[in-house]
Amino acid sequence: MIALLVRDLRLAVRAGGGFGLGLGFFLILVVLVPLGVGPDPAVLGVIAPGILWVGALLASLLSLDRLFALDHEDGSLDLLATSPIPMEAVVAVKALAHWLTTGVPLVLAAPVLAILLNLPGPAYGTLVLSLGLGTPALSMIGAFGAALVVGLKRGGLLMSLLVLPLYVPTLVFGAQAVARAAQDLAPDTPLLLLAGITAGSVGLLPFAAAFALRINLR
Amino acid sequence: MELRVTNLACARGGVPLIAGLSFAVTGGEALVLRGPNGSGKTTLLRTLAGLQPALSGEISCPPEQMAYAAHADGLKSTLTVTENLGFWAAIHGQGGVSEAMAAMNLTELAERQAQNLSAGQKRRLGLARLLVTGRWLWVLDEPTVSLDADSVALFGAVVRAHLATGGAALLATHIDLGLPEARVLDLAPYKAAVTALPAGFDEAFL
Amino acid sequence: MASLWEYANPVKFMKLSGWLLPVSAVLAAVLIVTGLVWGFFLTPDDYRQGSTVKIIFLHVPSALMAINAWVMMLVASLIWLIRRHHVSALAAKAAGPIGATMTLIALITGAIWGQPMWGTWWAWDPRLTSFLILFLFYIGYMALWAAIEDPDTAADLTAVLCLVGSVFAVLSRYAALLWNQGLHQGASLSVAPGTRMDWSYKGPLYLCMTGFGLLFLALVLAGTRTEIRARRAKALISRERAAA
Repeated sequence: MIALLVRDLRLAVRAGGGFGLGLGFFLILVVLVPLGVGPDPAVLGVIAPGILWVGALLASLLSLDRLFALDHEDGSLDLLATSPIPMEAVVAVKALAHWLTTGVPLVLAAPVLAILLNLPGPAYGTLVLSLGLGTPALSMIGAFGAALVVGLKRGGLLMSLLVLPLYVPTLVFGAQAVARAAQDLAPDTPLLLLAGITAGSVGLLPFAAAFALRINLR
Repeated sequence: MELRVTNLACARGGVPLIAGLSFAVTGGEALVLRGPNGSGKTTLLRTLAGLQPALSGEISCPPEQMAYAAHADGLKSTLTVTENLGFWAAIHGQGGVSEAMAAMNLTELAERQAQNLSAGQKRRLGLARLLVTGRWLWVLDEPTVSLDADSVALFGAVVRAHLATGGAALLATHIDLGLPEARVLDLAPYKAAVTALPAGFDEAFL
Repeated sequence: MASLWEYANPVKFMKLSGWLLPVSAVLAAVLIVTGLVWGFFLTPDDYRQGSTVKIIFLHVPSALMAINAWVMMLVASLIWLIRRHHVSALAAKAAGPIGATMTLIALITGAIWGQPMWGTWWAWDPRLTSFLILFLFYIGYMALWAAIEDPDTAADLTAVLCLVGSVFAVLSRYAALLWNQGLHQGASLSVAPGTRMDWSYKGPLYLCMTGFGLLFLALVLAGTRTEIRARRAKALISRERAAA
């Protein structure tokens, strides 16, 4: 399983692996929003939690549709399915690799980009904490979506359609936590709910995704 | 070590292809599957490897004892030969990467990325993977595609060495591998009859 | 006594639905027309909301059916996953567009009701938001059905999506509550004492709700029958092709 993780990380950082694309997308989105909304720092400060969370969510989603598709095309997925590693573990490890290459950079970059959006001071810690708690759920839910569409030629757009509604609770709790912290309110409740969603997703969705993958292989 | 298949039926895309198939392969044996295109060779091998469910029948040997190799080699183009092979060895908890490379004449290419290999070299790398699975039964779907005559002979020798250690091989191929001792099984007589639609399928709608 | 599962056989189902469909359709039409005529013309205006309130006779039943359709899809998906009855998978498929339409009707009638009452067509109120999200779930579900060619694969994958989606739909409902406290009035009907509604409203409302329930049943039956016939045609074609 460590071998699978190492392989996926290695593939991500080699040429064409797409490492950093999500981060670049996040940066561009955060730059585009003030250009569209206007430079008023008060307005930007109010919408900053939502922009940062939506940006992180889209950046994470964009790199997900190839999560299983590439392995499916080159036959690795068949071979992994016949390997001693259970499919559930394959899903979990690949989602972990996605989180390490996409989620973690987003978490680390978010406070820097938050400066551009004039996020109020007290919210920085909560921003990092909420993204740190929430992005694993984004990777795992996305892995489930990617498993559903793995056999389809044009799975990317369909996957967004399937996954984005599933992202709603994560987005709401994550952005609410940051927004509350920005207003000097206690962000504990949404943070706990966010942690609950992540725990539930990581614990249960590998089974659903592995089921979907096995269906798609047959 | 034995694979015994009893009264097996399998389908592709909901259409039954093979019915009433029974055969056995024991350690040290190679069995070559023959049959025209569309006769269900690939479907049969995927069913044996546990990638799709059988419609009916029994397979005595769990997929965990088989090493499956199909048209796609499962190679990552940006990884080197050593990395690709080392990955599959680690997945199967085995060593012997350099021995496998030597056996398939890949040692000189060890540090080359898979995207810079020729089709035949890729195929050899894909077949070298079998050696690092540590599994006794090889289930091979057209293993010699894009191999030149020398490589076919090389692979034939690798298969023979595997048989000598008590392993077995089940091959769907049209090419003579230089394995005169291999038995041949023609799939044509087991073509699923239209009337023999298995239970639980679309006939519920007829 | 005959087991309920017998009707999971397509032939038996076609026979049963052959007479259940017209009966439920006619009953639905009678109940809805009676309920709407009673509600629209024979019921006094509300002292606060005037005649606007009467859209409730469309709004509440469609909203109820929007949720019931999803629950039915969930149950049918579970039956398919556990017992592999083709009819239940096809019934789930048929319920998708119907539920989506009901959701849309509930959203539109809600907007028409909300405009004079709250002075806005749309507000990001938790109930409205939940329904909009439910609509998105329906779209995803239908899109997945449409994208996959093999019917059994499609049935399996959409069933898993429905299961996972149900959990996230419930979570979204609570997320929406946390997110905004909302303008929407409380539940229209309540079993709690001190119910707010008079019988002159409850009567037609109950009629319309039963009518919508029967309408939903009739539409699901019709949809499932279409799916079964399509599947049968496909099976016949593949049999002919195999024989050739």
